[in-house]
Amino acid sequence: MKHIISALVENKPGVLAHVAGMFAARAFNIDSLVVGRTEEANLSRMTIVVIGDDRVVEQVRKQLAKIVPVVKVQDFVGQPVVARDLMLIAISAPPEKRSEILSLIETFKGKVVDIGQKFIMVEVCGPEAKIEAFINICKPYGIKSVARTGTIAMPRQAKTE
Amino acid sequence: MKPKPRSPAQFTGQSSVKTGAQIIVDTLIEQGVDTLFGYTGGVVLPLFDKLYDAPINIIIPRHEQGGCHMADAYARASGKVGVVIATSGPGACNLVTGLATAMMDSVPIVALTGQVRTDLIGNDAFQEADITGITRPITKYNCIVKEVKDLARTIREAFHIASTGRPGPVLIDVPVDVAIAECKTDGSVNMELAGYRVRTKGNARQISVAAKAINKAKQPVLYVGGGVIIANASEQLRALAEKAHLPVTMTLLGLGSYDQSKAESLDMLGMHGAAYANYAVQEADLLIAVGSRFDDRVTGKVNTFAPNAKIIHIDIDPASISKNVHVDIPVVGDAKVILAELAKEVQHHERKKWFKKIAEWKEKFPFRYDENSSTIKPQYVVEQLCRLTSGKAIITTGVGQNQMWTAQFYRFSRPRQFISSGGLGTMGYGLPAAIGAQAAEPDAIVIDIDGDSSFNMTMTELATAVQYKLAVKVCILNNGYMGMVRQWQELFFNRRYSSSYLTNPDYATVARALGAVGITVDKKADVPKAIKQMLAEKGPCVVDFKVEREENVWPMVPAGKSIDEMNGLDILESMA
Repeated sequence: MKHIISALVENKPGVLAHVAGMFAARAFNIDSLVVGRTEEANLSRMTIVVIGDDRVVEQVRKQLAKIVPVVKVQDFVGQPVVARDLMLIAISAPPEKRSEILSLIETFKGKVVDIGQKFIMVEVCGPEAKIEAFINICKPYGIKSVARTGTIAMPRQAKTE
Repeated sequence: MKPKPRSPAQFTGQSSVKTGAQIIVDTLIEQGVDTLFGYTGGVVLPLFDKLYDAPINIIIPRHEQGGCHMADAYARASGKVGVVIATSGPGACNLVTGLATAMMDSVPIVALTGQVRTDLIGNDAFQEADITGITRPITKYNCIVKEVKDLARTIREAFHIASTGRPGPVLIDVPVDVAIAECKTDGSVNMELAGYRVRTKGNARQISVAAKAINKAKQPVLYVGGGVIIANASEQLRALAEKAHLPVTMTLLGLGSYDQSKAESLDMLGMHGAAYANYAVQEADLLIAVGSRFDDRVTGKVNTFAPNAKIIHIDIDPASISKNVHVDIPVVGDAKVILAELAKEVQHHERKKWFKKIAEWKEKFPFRYDENSSTIKPQYVVEQLCRLTSGKAIITTGVGQNQMWTAQFYRFSRPRQFISSGGLGTMGYGLPAAIGAQAAEPDAIVIDIDGDSSFNMTMTELATAVQYKLAVKVCILNNGYMGMVRQWQELFFNRRYSSSYLTNPDYATVARALGAVGITVDKKADVPKAIKQMLAEKGPCVVDFKVEREENVWPMVPAGKSIDEMNGLDILESMA
């Protein structure tokens, strides 16, 4: 099962290497790992998507928390979250297919960010499933390349207090 | 060994502008360091220059690995933080085995390494190695200090992290320009450890649940590890075991946490543990794990470990809980605090039937060897060492058969008495560990019970013992093999002794050449006499016991078997 784990870490050199090294050393599988700054200058947030059963993910959570510069670890499993992935995708788009492709892009609320002779580059943002669906739908046209950020997530506010 | 200040007048703890090197030395003194293990080199020259005037004993090993093991055993024997210093590149790399050893066994060490100048880092400079990168997985924490103003704080943090929670080694890498740079300091820098919290006090509700489970249990077993010794919780363990009347089995590193002369002691469990300990665990209805981590050498086949038992696990490291074995009642916190709380809530039960069963196993399957053999049995040597030191010596070991026979036949009665590389299983640990322990406990009898192959790895440190007049004793159980490897080859590889023997030197001659006393024993009748002579020696002494070459350690749980599926019980019974 996929778990989205969010770790607040001190913004120190070596933290990413420590976290990534721990995953490798303990044979945990990372689906994606995203690091970015937060509202506080000395803290970064890592969002890690891990695949494993509850026991494995429980160990992941504990081993992460054990790393000294890791300040806080949350596993979002079972709670309502907003999860987003950003993708840039270059799709082969000969003139005769362009309008067809553009309507697909619109359906997926994608944004054309570059148009060339052979390819168009599209920015798509959304939950992972949407990104995957868009990739699948574009396959018949020919995909030149894909760059994805990996998932970031934040829990939704409770509906009632 | 008492601190011998060389020229304390020059010690400048008060000045407000200091070099990085001076800040390091002052912070070490502030942290209570009076002895450290260090090897000099290019980029640590500024630091050693300041150490020259400091009231700190410096013990120079012959190899940085030895120095790291010395700092490790110094910490294990004293309960203080061990300090080791090495230069950049090869010096730092030589710490790796020592740090990994300390990490596995939760030993507090602060390692200070020199690094090339900050402007050279990443340029493949002479004696440059990315030591923080190399040691990240084998330290509790490490970092490089790139600005002199951060030095004092970082070193304070290092001592705090190393010694609290589940202890471990911390490495601080200091580029040479940072050691030379000057900085105004008023000594008031605070630690900044947002991500480091230690839970000491156990959850009161969980403790009550645990106490109820103990009160209800018919066949409980306490299974205790090195964590009890680290937490200085032996007294609380004794009180709990006494009050609730619980049998106690120990892991290798737990030896010494509970007096083995007591009737409730089940001695060591696991792969080469006592049959009665393994049977008790397998038949237990409640297992109370304290400061132990369900290592594979303890559990054997993990799905069939303690199959009928509910499991309580008391540990300061939440990540240790339910890692290998599912735990029913976890209690996270300091063993000393939790055991004391637990003792308040438990009732006394005689558990006559349970102890009767245990007594029968003890009667039927004690640790045994062939006492009538005409050759020197290694177990006989250990037994005699125990007898002639009244079971009071501090014992270190190598790794392998020598270590297991020591665990089986020396009877430990107090914490910090048995010092051995458990988790990593580092051959060569014994002699430097004995030196480190002797530095911590100058008046104690410290004996390294070693194997010939383990001793070969670090025997150069004998020169260190001689130089610093640390009167360690080394007893080599010399069978001319890597004994445990040979045992496995005998049992599982059709007696094909591939690469498991060496041409050894004459150890007594080596000892004498290095300035120690050397004794060779090849007759069984001479064993007690040689031990007495060794104990009477004022300085370091090596005794080379030519033991039975193909003796095996029994019982033995083969890899992947349940711990009650022991080999060798028939052999032990035939010796009765």
